[in-house]
Amino acid sequence: MNTVEEIKTVNIQPAVTELISGSQAVLEACIAEQVDTVFGYPGGAIMPIYDALYDYNDKLKHILVRHEQGATHAAQGYARASGKVGVVFATSGPGATNLVTGLADAMIDSTPMVAITGQVFAHLLGTDAFQETDIINITTPVTKWNYQVTDATEIPSVLAKAFYLAKSGRPGPVLIDITKNAQIQKFDYAGYTKCTHIRSYRPKPIVRKEFIAEAAKLINAAEKPFIIFGQGVILGKAEAEFKAFVEKSGIPAAWTILGLSALTTDHPLNVGMLGMHGNYGPNLLTNECDVLIAVGMRFDDRVTGRLDKYAKQAKVIHLDIDPSEIDKNVKATIGVWGDCKETLPLLTSLVEEKKHTVWLEKFRACDAEENKEVIFEELHPSTEQMTMGEVIRNMNEITGGNAIIVTDVGQHQMVACRYAKFNESKSNITSGGLGTMGFGLPAAIGAKFGAPQRTVIAIIGDGGIQMTIQELGTIMQAEISVKILILNNQFLGMVRQWQQLFNDRRYSFVDIASPDYVMVAKAYGIEGQKVTERQNLKQALQTMLDHNGSYLLEVMVSKENNVFPMVPQGCSVSEIRLK
Amino acid sequence: MHKQEFTITVYTENHIGLLVRIATIFSRRKINIESLNTSPSEAEGIHRFTIVIDETEEVVRKLARQIEKQVEVLKAYYNTNDEIIWQELALYKVPTDEIAEKVKVERLLREHGARAVVIRKDYTIFETSGHREETEKLVEVLAPYGLIEFVRSARVAIIKSSHGFHEKLKEFEETEPGEELIENEFLDKQQEVFTM
Repeated sequence: MNTVEEIKTVNIQPAVTELISGSQAVLEACIAEQVDTVFGYPGGAIMPIYDALYDYNDKLKHILVRHEQGATHAAQGYARASGKVGVVFATSGPGATNLVTGLADAMIDSTPMVAITGQVFAHLLGTDAFQETDIINITTPVTKWNYQVTDATEIPSVLAKAFYLAKSGRPGPVLIDITKNAQIQKFDYAGYTKCTHIRSYRPKPIVRKEFIAEAAKLINAAEKPFIIFGQGVILGKAEAEFKAFVEKSGIPAAWTILGLSALTTDHPLNVGMLGMHGNYGPNLLTNECDVLIAVGMRFDDRVTGRLDKYAKQAKVIHLDIDPSEIDKNVKATIGVWGDCKETLPLLTSLVEEKKHTVWLEKFRACDAEENKEVIFEELHPSTEQMTMGEVIRNMNEITGGNAIIVTDVGQHQMVACRYAKFNESKSNITSGGLGTMGFGLPAAIGAKFGAPQRTVIAIIGDGGIQMTIQELGTIMQAEISVKILILNNQFLGMVRQWQQLFNDRRYSFVDIASPDYVMVAKAYGIEGQKVTERQNLKQALQTMLDHNGSYLLEVMVSKENNVFPMVPQGCSVSEIRLK
Repeated sequence: MHKQEFTITVYTENHIGLLVRIATIFSRRKINIESLNTSPSEAEGIHRFTIVIDETEEVVRKLARQIEKQVEVLKAYYNTNDEIIWQELALYKVPTDEIAEKVKVERLLREHGARAVVIRKDYTIFETSGHREETEKLVEVLAPYGLIEFVRSARVAIIKSSHGFHEKLKEFEETEPGEELIENEFLDKQQEVFTM
């Protein structure tokens, strides 16, 4: 179990102390924490660390990105694909401020990350020195923890704490700001000791069996129970435990966008996606179930819709590792605090084996209606123009659901998450909470480093790709294989959809022009092609996936397609619209 | 749920930047902090924040959990005014000749329990402590006699229950499962528990 692992202390203690620099201590810490890849960008205030890195080239891979934001998203992709901590190096000032979006994204999506920034010399702090910025105060709201080091002797223990905090409990980003003098300073290094305990920090609350017993009682008495699960299952490495719970209880289970792939998409009890563009049944029946069991999810407003009309008829059981999430948005009848890796097996042992056939039929009936009204036409369009859905369907047919799918943000993201097949956990990487356009391409780069043996497909819209397109340079230089699938509808599609539905088709600045992406890719030495006709789609996808190395495929899709179903903002999940 | 004054007591490590972390929990929700005090606590090396806000209990409960989530925070409690004894300290600077000449002033000061801290030829500084209404009342009273300067401290508060917060931990245990009791042991053992 996790507990045992975390209590074990790892001491890599040399017999005698040696004199090393703060910079070396940073790299030694990374190595001791089994970091194999660092994403970064050098600059004045972090030069001593980069100088030390010169000698660590064989032990620590450094990927030079094209913008620091790209480094953070790459670290996120790496973390989400591998389950390890993503590491970022950046310089002070603009280097550090460029990390903010990625830190905020990692914070809201609970992604373990350690960002190390250089800082001006300690004696210059507060003097408005060149490239000085107060990155600690800037990043306080978007980090789980941050700390400024001004003395090299602190580095081993501070980094140990940083890695421990980033990955334990509810994971999150940690930023360590190191002044240049501390990077240069030599000190007596006594080795690196991993941090396993911080007095004031409770990574996970102790499991209280009485609450689990009460929860089981509710579940066993339920006639229409419904499971909704989030990324907590993946972060807790509890996919097997979750599957066992679902299968024994026989309860239909629906996922949040970050919970996707924790349970295989073809599992008979996987009833689909929750939320604004989720499936019809899971949304509608949330307001019909009698017991709602939320596992490792946080009742985001995109999932709940209007809160005062959300699952009011149901008793709510909420399993979460973070006590502040219980009762935050939805009042729980029973809050089961703890790591779901521990709580789920306890709950499974107490629930009765059941098959909720009649209840499950209701989901099937909703599926049939959604299929008739939305899905069939989206996946097999009768129109001349291609739809995003049919691209995903064709992709599924080739990958069989074995690829890692990284998405950006917008219509293509919703369509990809709705229709992509997944056989394996940690396969869906997307920006959920923050909704960061530009996330996709750098995150896919990171995902490839996090899971080098797997196929990584980045599905990106024509808006998002242009936000971080410079990372094609990273792909070129790092010589990795990322399949880039651009779904081009020549619009900022999601905003356009809202403008059509809610602003009387007043299309205000959503008409976005694109460069010739295939030519851009070629300029970076990346093969590619553009598909405008349906008959070429399948072959083009096959070519992309068969190609040895990175490949860019641009598919021109229908300009004004909308993503449905949709729970309009401010509406109840019961008011989900099929058209 | 109606808004009322709540006193939030936070036990923390002494860490640069923690004040900002705690302050942003309120400011990002656009909640005004009425009063904030930091001080040592009964446990060595453990700091204590006393924060007063005007909010509903539901909001305060959520805020307390968000505060407790911060890495350097050991525990956050909240209490209504009924459950605590609290004081604020106030200083008043008044021209000495006014007091010397006007017997009434001296009587007023006496009535309000004010004590002279500094007496100079040109001014005298009085100190009083109490609830906000009490210290404010004296401002009104002294205003006609040329009050030169006035300042009031943040609220400091102690719970009425005879056992103090350590005992209150158990109460929280009933509704909030956790390691509180174990933590309590740590509180008493101080630096043996961990480093860094």
